[in-house]
Amino acid sequence: MLETRSLPDAAGFYGPFGGRYVPETLVAALDELEASFQRHHRDPAFVDELEDLLHFYAGRPTPTYHATRLSRELGGAQIYLKREDLAHTGAHKINNALGQGLLARVSGKQRVIAETGAGQHGVASATVCAMLGLDCVVYMGEEDVHRQALNVARMRTLGAEVIPVTSGTRTLKDAINEALRDWVTNVETTFYLFGSATGPHPYPQIVREFQRVIGREARAQIQDLAGSLPHTVVACVNGGSNAIGMFSAFIDDPGVTLVGIEAGGRGGDQGDHAATVESGTPGILHGARSLLLQDEGGQIIGTHSIAAGLDYPGVGPELAYLHHVGRVDFATYGDADAMDALQLLARTEGIIPALESAHAVACAVRIAPEASSDHVILVNLSGRGDKDMETIAAELGTRV
Amino acid sequence: MNRIDSAFKSAKAESRLVLAPYVTVGYPTLESAVELALAYVEAGADMLEIGMPFSDPIADGPTVQLASQIALERGVWLEDAFRLIERIRSQTDIPLALMGYANPFMQFGFGALSRESSAAGADGLIVPDVLPEQAQDIEAANAEHGLHFIRFAAPTSPLERLRQIDQGARGFIYCVSVTGVTGSRAELSESLPAYLARVGKATSIPRVVGFGISRPEHLLSLHGRAEGAIVASALIDIVQASPPGQGVEAAAAHVRSLAAAA
Repeated sequence: MLETRSLPDAAGFYGPFGGRYVPETLVAALDELEASFQRHHRDPAFVDELEDLLHFYAGRPTPTYHATRLSRELGGAQIYLKREDLAHTGAHKINNALGQGLLARVSGKQRVIAETGAGQHGVASATVCAMLGLDCVVYMGEEDVHRQALNVARMRTLGAEVIPVTSGTRTLKDAINEALRDWVTNVETTFYLFGSATGPHPYPQIVREFQRVIGREARAQIQDLAGSLPHTVVACVNGGSNAIGMFSAFIDDPGVTLVGIEAGGRGGDQGDHAATVESGTPGILHGARSLLLQDEGGQIIGTHSIAAGLDYPGVGPELAYLHHVGRVDFATYGDADAMDALQLLARTEGIIPALESAHAVACAVRIAPEASSDHVILVNLSGRGDKDMETIAAELGTRV
Repeated sequence: MNRIDSAFKSAKAESRLVLAPYVTVGYPTLESAVELALAYVEAGADMLEIGMPFSDPIADGPTVQLASQIALERGVWLEDAFRLIERIRSQTDIPLALMGYANPFMQFGFGALSRESSAAGADGLIVPDVLPEQAQDIEAANAEHGLHFIRFAAPTSPLERLRQIDQGARGFIYCVSVTGVTGSRAELSESLPAYLARVGKATSIPRVVGFGISRPEHLLSLHGRAEGAIVASALIDIVQASPPGQGVEAAAAHVRSLAAAA
């Protein structure tokens, strides 16, 4: 039996991964955040308020849906989709943004900063800040600003300031660098609303706890619908917030196979993918020890994925640990697999998934035909594809 | 005695601050980094900080980021840092501290890093993203090879935390002058004297102020409040702004004016 319930340890480690590798300036703020989180996340008044917001504001519980036409088309396992795409703002990111937004409010800090890759965490943060009356600044890599222009417009409409980051690879990695630099500078007045299950302790733990609602709901729903626990649970992984939220409910069920899907991008060469668990090595980035894509000298290398939200050269420390101990399997699906799966789901079920989530769908499409008809696959459909329509249209040879 | 300790001892005897200019490995080029370092020594530097570039330097502002990026595009490796230290060491006896982020050091291995740094002639190691509670391995490896692992203090560190930082600290405490990243600043923070007094109350070893120190008047204001100062971005800014071939001389002239105030 895995000792996952007691993790992280007091220093923020999940086995050899995690911890807190940050400049001294941030230590007091991280201590304060940890104390606030420990004090509030089990406090009945805080929990009630968060649950009310998740229900009346974000639209939870999101349904679990039996994708019967897709399952029939593939001719094997029964595929169920956890419809996080139906949550307010269009992805699971709202769950954590609401939780941390409430922590920001109790901290008394009026200014909130966030990093974003695909823009979903940025939109969720901007949304929650608007609703709670907080000021919001979102850092976003310049490349992502271009390919997720719709989300940039959404954030600005919601009153957030979006700062394009022009350093380094101009993607999520560099957005986190700039957000951390902002935080080091304005730490006394600013709350950092971290969106991925990465970063220095206690962020991976906080994000997991606020995303746990995905797995908790899905576990009950799939038992109602299918009459049993799923045999296989699939989620896309980069930092891993949707995956850890979903997997956390099934870790202690030895009969449930958990599969994390990484972005294979264009293929196997360094720089052409973001398959951190599959081809990364242990290292330290953005405050945590985890697996990283890096060169022999320890410099972080660029990544590629058609999905901006999977285009990061690291992975959350808890998922690195769950891989390390053999509890979560990892597989890689590329840009073309994701596009194929996206089109299949759109045409058989009338659901256009986010390009990130399409990677998880691609895995189900691959494994379902080989399984029997009583095999249950649960896919975390972490977001909807509206934000990706320009990229999707370009891939299909048309324009928006 | 470690050269860092000797330098603070002699500076104290002369009522001077230890002035530590910063040089990026491979910036502007591998060769001119050597020239810069030696010119700083000639201009009156008491110690040098040798910075190994990293792709994701979260504690650094735009100036050091750009210098790091230029050096990395030229393909700088940690071995280049050792070669630079060796060449400086062959010309001077002042202390040299190697600075870098945790990941490149971890990939090289903390044991090998300590051995190679020490063999090249380094006296200390500065790693801004490794806190004391996560530094047992690296501190042990450093100690084995006679290197001082330098700990940080920040304006946000409470007194109790400063006391913990002091337990087992060696060489000096790197006092980050402001909440913020590296980068030249016109004025020092008004709360700096009170913060340095707090650090002085908690620790028994020298305080070296870094981040934003750029002008002689900054150094004058630190007398009696700290024992040393690190100057990085201000010098890189001068090198960047100078016409080709004149950067070394211009930056060294600035070090000379800083040394006069140290």
